[in-house]
Amino acid sequence: MKPVMEVKQLEMNFGGLKALHGVDLRVAEGEIVAVIGPNGAGKTTLFNCLAGVYEPAAGDIFIHPPVGGTRRINGLKSHKIAELGLARTFQNIRLFPRMTVLENIMVGRHCRTRAGVVNALMRDKKTCQEEKEIVHHSYGLLEKIGLSEYVNELADNLPYGAQRRLEIARALATGPFLLLLDEPAAGMNPQETKELEVLVRRLRSEEGLAILLIEHDMKLVMSLCDRICVMDYGEKIAEGAPAEVRANPEVIRAYLGEDDHA
Amino acid sequence: MHKLKQSLFISLWFVFLTFPLLVIRVDTLNKVVEWRWRNMWYVAAGAFVLSLAWRHFLEKSGRVMPQGFTVSEGKEEFLRWVRAHTQIRKGGMVLAAAFLLLSPFFLSTYHTNVMTTALIYIVLGLGLNIIVGLTGLLNLGYVAFYAVGAYCYALLNHHFGVGFWTALPLGVLAGSIAGVLLALPVVRLRGDYLAIVTLGFGEITRLILENWNEFSFGPSGISHISPPGFFGINLGVRANTSYIYFLMLGFCFFTIFMVRRLQDSRVGRAWIAIREDETASQAMGIDAARAKITAFAIGAGWAGAMGVVFAAKTTFINPASFNFIESAMILSIVVLGGIGSIGGIILAALLLILLPEYLRVFSDYRMLIFGSAMVVMMIFRPQGILPYVRRSYEFHLQNDPTGQVK
Repeated sequence: MKPVMEVKQLEMNFGGLKALHGVDLRVAEGEIVAVIGPNGAGKTTLFNCLAGVYEPAAGDIFIHPPVGGTRRINGLKSHKIAELGLARTFQNIRLFPRMTVLENIMVGRHCRTRAGVVNALMRDKKTCQEEKEIVHHSYGLLEKIGLSEYVNELADNLPYGAQRRLEIARALATGPFLLLLDEPAAGMNPQETKELEVLVRRLRSEEGLAILLIEHDMKLVMSLCDRICVMDYGEKIAEGAPAEVRANPEVIRAYLGEDDHA
Repeated sequence: MHKLKQSLFISLWFVFLTFPLLVIRVDTLNKVVEWRWRNMWYVAAGAFVLSLAWRHFLEKSGRVMPQGFTVSEGKEEFLRWVRAHTQIRKGGMVLAAAFLLLSPFFLSTYHTNVMTTALIYIVLGLGLNIIVGLTGLLNLGYVAFYAVGAYCYALLNHHFGVGFWTALPLGVLAGSIAGVLLALPVVRLRGDYLAIVTLGFGEITRLILENWNEFSFGPSGISHISPPGFFGINLGVRANTSYIYFLMLGFCFFTIFMVRRLQDSRVGRAWIAIREDETASQAMGIDAARAKITAFAIGAGWAGAMGVVFAAKTTFINPASFNFIESAMILSIVVLGGIGSIGGIILAALLLILLPEYLRVFSDYRMLIFGSAMVVMMIFRPQGILPYVRRSYEFHLQNDPTGQVK
């Protein structure tokens, strides 16, 4: 399968701390890949490097969008990366709390639309058309994600699980080919987790998205993902199908500690 | 019982605090110390009653202080009722419009002038609202842009005899350029740091105007600035006042119209998204730096325009008109009215400009009243007098979503 993203020998340092050391990662078209690891393993740092929050110290991140050629995205600003088709969610939900649910998604359309200040003031035909397109598209996403009942509700007033889903919908609005989900199931109850699993599968089958996610819920990871990448102390210690990873002694050691002290 | 005890404690505390000032008086002539015990009882009783009342109202307002959001039901209900009844709203609007259009004909020049000032502050409030209310960038030096506009017209008029209508777009341009110049270095700053830098910018601008005599004529200012021209006809004082008033009224409506359009646009949504969560907005593809610079340029442009009008209206300007209090005043208009709310800002501007003007009796206590009003507002109604209501969309059919305003 054709890869949509390749990470090669990625390095990231915070002062003297090697947060990432020689990390390789490959996400193929329509693949669901999970990054797991104990706390502080560097998973979120990896995400932040991919999403343009940090500039990696060394290594390469290449993306292969369905349209347009391969690009190296190291050190690009986050808004540029979003425009190129990498959309992300956050570990601790970061919606726009005092905007309505629909507006939250409409903001996601920002990088796919063009109207500037002059257009806003003149409200010419093209701008109206574009605005209408934004509303329609956003509402369509809202229906897809099952939140259309909340259209005009403030995002802050939504139940927790719905806020998580709204964040995914907002990321979808940017029109990505690869979705980065940072702990999407954190804080969800089993019912909500199950719904999330269905949603993620649907995003792959209906939208043809590749999905890279960080997750601590092993049950979800094992049943959802095609491939799992395990990190510890900033390095990748294992990679493979869920069954392989589960049996890997390195992984067990990282999670449960050394045998000899037990 | 608990409340009584607390209030008693507070009144004791106040007695202790005010004791040296209000009770003891050293009479240096007769070399005796005078003990004014009666004052102590006044302070004690006053503090006790006020503290009790304060507690009572706090409790009534729903006791949601820690969360910082309290909604007093009664007022909210009233607002909703007004919003729901279109006839009443329309009637009110017609009345207000009639008053605004006819007032210069039956009000004296003085009152018309006061109204013009209030209108200027409405526009300034709406301009600052773009920066503070929508984009969430606390700007304490807004008056600098106002000064730039005013001096732009004053100097051009003084040296080259440039007229009002030519200077107006130049003032907007000068304000915008000043806005961009300030925005470029501060786009990375947030919160308090931004406030300090903008405060500094405001003060620097004022100090330059005050001290650079060759350029700005220093503290003595510039006088004999031409009032706005009216097809070359020389208007009398009264007609001229009315003319500026109508000019400002038109300006005001134009601004409201423009700000509303901006709010509901792609750019406006980007601004609000930055206010709500800058990191998330960037992850959603918004170029935050660019959006912030745009917000500064547009907000400052409006201040520049108002500066030109102000210079033309008063025909005399000096740096004293552009001190920090003015910035604070405009900011209070935005905060009191309700951040992001056009109606609220209009109301707050009228209140803050007209009330002090007509209550000159209390002018000594103006700042005192102003300060306590702010504190009370922040505790009981932090979202402002008329909080901003998000635009809502109505969807008629499941498969036929038409984005219409409710």
